[in-house]
Amino acid sequence: MSTRTTQPPAPGSKTGGNKFDLRSGTLPRRFPAALLAGCAVVVAGVLTLFSSFGLILWALMTAVAYAAIIVATSVRVEGGRKAKDRLVTALVYGCFLVAMTPLVSLLYTVVVHGMDRFSPYFLTVSMNGVLPSMDAGGVYHAIVGTLAITGMATLLAVPIGVLTAVYLVEYAQGRIKKVITFFVDVMTGIPSIVAGLFVVALWIILFGPGHTNGAAGALSLTVLMIPVVVRSSEEMLRLVPRDLREASYALGVPKWRTITKVVLPTSAAGLTTGIMLAIARVIGETAPLVLTAGSSAVSINWNLFDGQMMNLPVFIYSQFRMGGAVNYERAWAAALTLVLIVMLLFILARLVGRFFSPKTR
Amino acid sequence: MTTTDAPKAAPPPTGKRRIGDVVFAGLARGSGLLILVILAGVAAFLVIQAWPSLLANTSNFLTDQSWEANTRENPSFGVAALAFGTVLAASIALLLATPIAIGIALFIVYYAPRRLAATLGYLVDLLAAIPSVVYGLWGMMVLAPQLVPVYEGMTRYLGWIPLFAGPSSTSGRTLLTAGIVLAVMILPIITAMSRDVFHQVPQGHREAALAMGATRWEMIRLAVLPFGKSGIVGGAMLGLGRALGETMAVAMILSPSLAISFNLLQSGNQTIAAHIALQYPEATGYGVSALIAAGLVLFTITLAVNMGARYVVARGNKESA
Amino acid sequence: MAKRIDVSGLHVYYGDFLAVEDVTMTIEPRSVTAFIGSSGCGKSTFLRTLNRMHEVTPGARAEGKVLLDDLDIYGPDVDPVLVRSEIGMVFQKANPFPTMSIYDNVIAGARLNNKRMSKSEADDLVEESLRGANLWKEVKDRLDKPGAGLSGGQQQRLCIARATAVKPSVLLMDEPCSALDPISTLAIEDLIHNLKEDYTIVIVTHNMQQAARVSDRTAFFNLSAPGKPGRLIEMGETNQIFTRPEQKDTENYITGRFG
Repeated sequence: MSTRTTQPPAPGSKTGGNKFDLRSGTLPRRFPAALLAGCAVVVAGVLTLFSSFGLILWALMTAVAYAAIIVATSVRVEGGRKAKDRLVTALVYGCFLVAMTPLVSLLYTVVVHGMDRFSPYFLTVSMNGVLPSMDAGGVYHAIVGTLAITGMATLLAVPIGVLTAVYLVEYAQGRIKKVITFFVDVMTGIPSIVAGLFVVALWIILFGPGHTNGAAGALSLTVLMIPVVVRSSEEMLRLVPRDLREASYALGVPKWRTITKVVLPTSAAGLTTGIMLAIARVIGETAPLVLTAGSSAVSINWNLFDGQMMNLPVFIYSQFRMGGAVNYERAWAAALTLVLIVMLLFILARLVGRFFSPKTR
Repeated sequence: MTTTDAPKAAPPPTGKRRIGDVVFAGLARGSGLLILVILAGVAAFLVIQAWPSLLANTSNFLTDQSWEANTRENPSFGVAALAFGTVLAASIALLLATPIAIGIALFIVYYAPRRLAATLGYLVDLLAAIPSVVYGLWGMMVLAPQLVPVYEGMTRYLGWIPLFAGPSSTSGRTLLTAGIVLAVMILPIITAMSRDVFHQVPQGHREAALAMGATRWEMIRLAVLPFGKSGIVGGAMLGLGRALGETMAVAMILSPSLAISFNLLQSGNQTIAAHIALQYPEATGYGVSALIAAGLVLFTITLAVNMGARYVVARGNKESA
Repeated sequence: MAKRIDVSGLHVYYGDFLAVEDVTMTIEPRSVTAFIGSSGCGKSTFLRTLNRMHEVTPGARAEGKVLLDDLDIYGPDVDPVLVRSEIGMVFQKANPFPTMSIYDNVIAGARLNNKRMSKSEADDLVEESLRGANLWKEVKDRLDKPGAGLSGGQQQRLCIARATAVKPSVLLMDEPCSALDPISTLAIEDLIHNLKEDYTIVIVTHNMQQAARVSDRTAFFNLSAPGKPGRLIEMGETNQIFTRPEQKDTENYITGRFG
């Protein structure tokens, strides 16, 4: 009963007696959109007047003008708190636009410059016998190399990565689990060039200095790919409900068959998505391949163990380094090829994840 | 009596070990251990191959700024300038990317129309899918020329700040340009981590803020940002780790020089990773070994940063749990 | 000042789904009104429309009139932010801001409206609000400690102090005791008794004894059929609802025959 003796605070003091109002000055609902359109038109007009119209400059100046005007009007009509809210809203939208600017500009330039030389011819011939003065040659040998090197890296990294994930989720416990998890994290952070140097060092010890071949490149990509596969697979395996495993054990199915027949098939779509994203991630790696697979091969080479092997990223880089007009065209066209492959993988991965995952509800 | 019954009454809890179980468990365990072996191999081979040049080095490896390693005798090289350039470029990237990434994450989680949010998130993820060599190509051919007039303006009006002293580069191939491209590359990493923590902010905390009359921004300031702090810091550090190790974009954009310079608008400076990629094809004598030593330094720096990131995130998770 | 709420013809939708149908009621100032009914009958949903908190849920919208002393909170130009500072809310699960101290938790909402509050004003407001929430004696020596370190019941009273520090005229409580032990529940019920001298209080509860103990008036909500929208079945003096309900449904629920 002692609790009853204290008085609760008297409410209503802030509005001063009976006078209270829930309305505040509010900008009309359509005002922001109208203002934005207005700013866009005016800025476009001004820029055209000074004949310095550029898409990015226009977007940037429109955004700044809009933010300034909306905050100024909001301070007057709606008060400081609302104005701050409007400012942050404008900033947050601005951040997204700022991030999209390089994406749009990059994809636009890659397509526009890449189309100059992108053709069935470009995709189906190599650089064998192409002299620096010639306006000829293509990326067939680099596509072959990319497929072979990435393929071998995938064959090595996927079993190791998925099995490690199975071990971490289904078997490991206590200290060893912590240790492996920790070192997978460490491996995630290895810079790609260091993975290349590792294989260089290993190859010097095994074969002596100066040996470059596709297998070396594949091994360096494997090092980069394993932690990505482990991480994504682990996440997918953890999504498989406990009950499913228990239902299987209850039928007397041994653990390894439960994993191979129940757990892995259930998470197959997720595992595939993760693996495809991992491939998309390493297929564009350049630095380790410059060191390990060589950067001067010009002819078609399907043999991972015999000599230098060209691939798309290194092709872009080496053409870029040569620096002639034709070289730049080849670099852009190869960049378009590579970006198309990566996007395709990226989109396929999402589609697999969306359409083939078992429905939980 | 009791002694003879005991073994039957208490069979080994796992029953007899099936051959399939043994093999499968062995394979899984083997893969886990193989990862440890590979990592030990990475460290060991790098040290073994770096050692000869470090022994023969006539300068102090950590403080010298020059790189005269391509000889068979008395090489003289150090990573001071390279390490400085690496940290400077990555810091620029981090300073530019972190605020924008937080903004994007807030946009996707709290501002964007709900139906579009997932798609807009994919668009940001696409930034991570673009190969670094393509970023290099774009940065050098498209971005750098665009920035030349901007840099001229900066030297004119901000030239009194030593970082922006003129005359600015006429090609735009400066450390700042490289830093901007690195920032774009690490945006999706920081954004993804920030988005994850923003999604985890308990609804109760957000509603508590709104229910006492907070605007959307005040709700974010009261409930979202304090909760997400550790995730943002962790994401930023992971991005920093990525920026430190990024090779191609810097190698293709920067017009390098091996000296420590604080000037961001003139060509100069160089990063460890880009130096390795550019020097390796021409390396002779102690050259390769010296580059591997530089790689070891890079490995150590990124390792420290990444472990710091994991530590921050793990501590944050423990606090909020 | 405690204010009165008049609801007329209110419908609540989630997207196309009608969740609550046609509610008309009056909530008297300086009294406690309890909403009872089986789970999923829309009473919490309806509660949230009284300070426009339902707008936080994507797709949720309300149609109809809610007058707060003759001012329609859904009227044109009405700012939901101001509505919520006038009509506070306490949630089922105590939700003090985990990164803030007890002191900062109490003052958080008040600071939004009054940035330039002096140190002594702030101190006074914190003490006043914590006293009002019957929490001052327990926490006055550790105001700088995190609010998450308190017990569940103390956390809930901290949340009430935080809500009253904004000086609203109405307090909405969404099952404030459902996660608490009986002793903490009693402390909150005591507190509700004190608060009604100055506030209009609406409490959603699953616990019929609680409704009978704390409320002056009771509203019973129910689904007309499974999958159909929830509706207000009956509202009246608590005493009357629990002893002489007019509707058969209400009687069945009160006597525990279903729900």
